[in-house]
Amino acid sequence: SAFAKRCISTSSVMHADLSLTFASPRVVFYNKVNVKQVDVPGISGCFGILAEHVPTIATMRPGVVAVTEEDGATKKYFVSSGTVTVNADSSVQVLAEEAVNVSELDPQSVRDGLSKAQSQLSSASSDNAKAEAQIAVEAFEAMSAAI
Amino acid sequence: SLKHYFIQSNLSMAIPMLRTTMSPVGTRGMATLKDIETRLKSVKNIKKITSSMKMVSAAKFTRAEKALKPARVYGTGAASLYDKNEFTEGEDKVYVAISSDRGLCGGIHSGLGRALKATHAAAPIKKTIIVGDKAKAILQKTIGESYLASFNNVGKKPASFTDALDIAEEVLSHEFETVDVVYNNFVNVVSYKAQAKHIPSLDIVESNDAIYSYDEVDSEVLRCYQEFALANVVFHCLKEQEASEQSARMNAMENATRNAGEMIDKLTLQYNRTRQAVITRELIEIISGANALD
Repeated sequence: SAFAKRCISTSSVMHADLSLTFASPRVVFYNKVNVKQVDVPGISGCFGILAEHVPTIATMRPGVVAVTEEDGATKKYFVSSGTVTVNADSSVQVLAEEAVNVSELDPQSVRDGLSKAQSQLSSASSDNAKAEAQIAVEAFEAMSAAI
Repeated sequence: SLKHYFIQSNLSMAIPMLRTTMSPVGTRGMATLKDIETRLKSVKNIKKITSSMKMVSAAKFTRAEKALKPARVYGTGAASLYDKNEFTEGEDKVYVAISSDRGLCGGIHSGLGRALKATHAAAPIKKTIIVGDKAKAILQKTIGESYLASFNNVGKKPASFTDALDIAEEVLSHEFETVDVVYNNFVNVVSYKAQAKHIPSLDIVESNDAIYSYDEVDSEVLRCYQEFALANVVFHCLKEQEASEQSARMNAMENATRNAGEMIDKLTLQYNRTRQAVITRELIEIISGANALD
């Protein structure tokens, strides 16, 4: 994965913890929970966020958000899209339009969805329809990579 | 004899009513038995309706409150960028008024109307996007000229994120410096408060130097972020409005049911008194007719 150019954190206050709020409109996964690390699928590539990360705003593409909790356990969630905000006080807000735990993805449904999206892409006529089908194909490809 | 006495005492009670109920159609003041019966029947029907409306609202409220919890976390998260950084409040404002199509929910829509009218009195509102027919009707006179667009079919089903996206898309198709989303904030089951959330426009965010302390920030990222944040905040406000409205409707229907019950009690007493008066009158006619033959 490609890492985008990043600056060095120049903050003088040491926040030991990363406070994560990760939610979708319907479900909250983490609400201001202290975690060790969050990996997010940014538009230009995946990047990991640790405490004292430089403030960042980024948008997400379909992919996997991996959360490493304080006790070391890792949980993976598939997100369809959304935004990530890292603030100066080491709080992170990951807002996903749709997000599910990776364990809830059904491989058969993902395969069916992918073939359907691919056929829609080849039969799409207008630019809008092409773009929508393209997004669907990317999402399903990311889903099958996540399982 | 005892019997005679009984009729006498009832007669003294019945005489005031006797005079006025002699005519077949009820005269002013005293309703006939038929009128009271009709009224009693209709109030009993109303009580059934308000009682069932209350139960439906209670069910919808439980669902709305449950959906509100994640929506609050989500909406607060989305607005955190604007809370943690100072953005100038622009003068060119678009107001988004969030209400619904249906009434019988206490002071929900009028409260929102009052808040917007007060804001309009302080600083004239030039641009408004109305969600819900009730607010549209209430505010037509004062700020009707500022209507840019309106949404209806609100309130029947819980709002989805797609609805928030549609509203946000409409807002973004206009020029503005700040968006004020006005809604009813859910405090608890018996109270709600009309409030506003402010979102600055892309231009204001870009012109603020603090935003560039954030890494990897460029125009494109900011634009996408702003659009998404606006939809998120609108979604949060829609959920708050739903919870407030269902709880208010529940309370209003509860009050209506209780009042209907009191009316039924009063009317039943009146009905029985009138019925007894009619019987007494007939008895008197019979007795006096019998006496006249003696």
